[in-house]
Amino acid sequence: MIRFFAAAFALVMLALPAHAGFDEAINAATAPIASAVGAFVFFKIPVLGAQLPLVVLWLVIGAVFFTFYMGFVNVRGFKHAIQLVRGDYADPESPGEVSHFQALATAVSGTVGIGNIGGVAVAVTIGGAGATFWLIVAGFLGMSTKFVECTLGVKYRQENPDGSVSGGPMYYMKKGFEERGMEGFGKFMGTFYAIGIFVGALGIGNMFQSNQAYVQLNTVAGGALDGLGWLVGLILAAVVFMVIIGGIKSIARVTEKIVPFMAVFYCVFAIIVILMNFTSIPAAIGNIFAGAFTGAGVQGGAIGALIIGFQRAVFSNEAGIGSASIAHAAVRTPEPVTEGYVSLLEPFIDTIVICTITALVIGTSQVADPNFAGDATGVAMTSAAFERQIGWFPIPLAFGALLFAFSTMISWSYYGLKGWTYLFGEGQMGQTIYKLMFCAFVALGCMVQLGPILDISDALVFLICVPNILGLYFLAPIVKREMVSYMARLDSGEIKKYNH
Amino acid sequence: MSNSVLLAIDGSAGGERALQYAMERAKLGGAKLIVAYVIEWSQYSFNTPEENAERHKRREQEIKRATETIVDPAAKVLKAADIDCQTVVTHGPPAETLIKLANKYEVAQIVIGRRGQSGIKALLFGSVAGNLIQTSPVPVVVVP
Repeated sequence: MIRFFAAAFALVMLALPAHAGFDEAINAATAPIASAVGAFVFFKIPVLGAQLPLVVLWLVIGAVFFTFYMGFVNVRGFKHAIQLVRGDYADPESPGEVSHFQALATAVSGTVGIGNIGGVAVAVTIGGAGATFWLIVAGFLGMSTKFVECTLGVKYRQENPDGSVSGGPMYYMKKGFEERGMEGFGKFMGTFYAIGIFVGALGIGNMFQSNQAYVQLNTVAGGALDGLGWLVGLILAAVVFMVIIGGIKSIARVTEKIVPFMAVFYCVFAIIVILMNFTSIPAAIGNIFAGAFTGAGVQGGAIGALIIGFQRAVFSNEAGIGSASIAHAAVRTPEPVTEGYVSLLEPFIDTIVICTITALVIGTSQVADPNFAGDATGVAMTSAAFERQIGWFPIPLAFGALLFAFSTMISWSYYGLKGWTYLFGEGQMGQTIYKLMFCAFVALGCMVQLGPILDISDALVFLICVPNILGLYFLAPIVKREMVSYMARLDSGEIKKYNH
Repeated sequence: MSNSVLLAIDGSAGGERALQYAMERAKLGGAKLIVAYVIEWSQYSFNTPEENAERHKRREQEIKRATETIVDPAAKVLKAADIDCQTVVTHGPPAETLIKLANKYEVAQIVIGRRGQSGIKALLFGSVAGNLIQTSPVPVVVVP
């Protein structure tokens, strides 16, 4: 793995005196690596004529288990989650700490990325309209997984000597297993996860994002940026460099404030497009349901659609990956389980709302004109669907894609760094090395084709869910105990609602 | 009717004038002063993960700084003038928080300095004193 990085890093550095054909060279170099990593992680078993990657099965079983084990907390806890985010239960004696809303907003802006725009298009291209149905189901089940991991993230976070906090799967593995008398195993799992997240951060939260931002920019520029991926990549990397190494935090702060508005802006226009295609709505919804169970025209049929739907959903909402629990861990609350409730809104917003809206934009366009996007996939396909109805929309979409990509990259640089510091300590030198590597991969993402990037990113992401979900099975009884006790105290009136 | 007055200060010249005004009134009427400094904060803001991770630490620094540089010196001035006073430093949306404090301490009046913001700035962000006047349950004195 280290050799893989070294090679990739060297390649990016070579890009400095690059020429237009350089992107192709990079592509040729990374494609075999991507497929090798992909083949390893996506070891497939044939099921009813479809190839089911073991790791997808692993995620589905996990999400279903947590949904049942927690008594459908994804449905039953929904209302309480909203009350918590509104601050109804916030302690009026300690204002100024990280609120539930803030922790959620930060985590959501890390998850709402290009996956919501481009990832859905990928799902629909490969898995057909039916993939959308499974995407939503995955989002729904993923709410329970999130609940478990984020509760643990807060419960077992670490208060650093300088007053800051660090949390996330590596900490809940270490401390949670220690509590269960399995100290050695906990250490092993924590380390396993920390390696997974710092490596994984280079894919989903990095290369995929910069790649799709570049694609959309190029689409808007009418192909003027063809072969200039290295240049766009270097510029993007330079901006990320300024923020994470140069310490120009104002850029990150501004992005963080614009992203929520961009998300709302995106949804509003998406709904407008869906309404403009209104005659196609019934057929589009019909296709989603029909495709979900028959898998018409999809390789592997209904199971094929299911696999794709789940893959893209996890890629978008990160449930089971454990990354968001790093962000959620910053909240200040005497009841860790409250953050679990709040976090279940995240897959809801990300997948059930935003991804579904994107899927409907694409779906209704497809009904009206099956070939509306030509050969385009990913973000370019979504962009084409918008363009059919609102000619100028690809331009703000490119801007939005850039911002989504950027905020996700900033969040993931932080997640990756947390994995890194967990392993190698807080040393400045090490942190800088990691950050430089992160910037290099941002640039790399713009030079490589979407296919290999998805292979690498998917592989890395799913690699992280293996230790995370395994750990969650062991630690779920702790979460359940907390949940039952909390609910009892809420019902008895011991935990009071403050009137604001 | 309680005989305490909530004095809102913010380290500005307007806050200083409010302090002088409240001090003179308190001397005359023997009122108790609740000296409050509200650190502007909203639970609905959007932050980076790093900002959140360091929030607890920053919050304590903010409270310490406000206490040491603004509130304690004001309390010292008041004590030197033999005025009964109590201090509060808290986070929140300023006007709303001041009203909560007014209710909590059951004050008879709120005294606040005028910021004198320019037209556009006041229009965009509103002024704390302006908001207070609109929503306060007790009389508000705005010191120019």
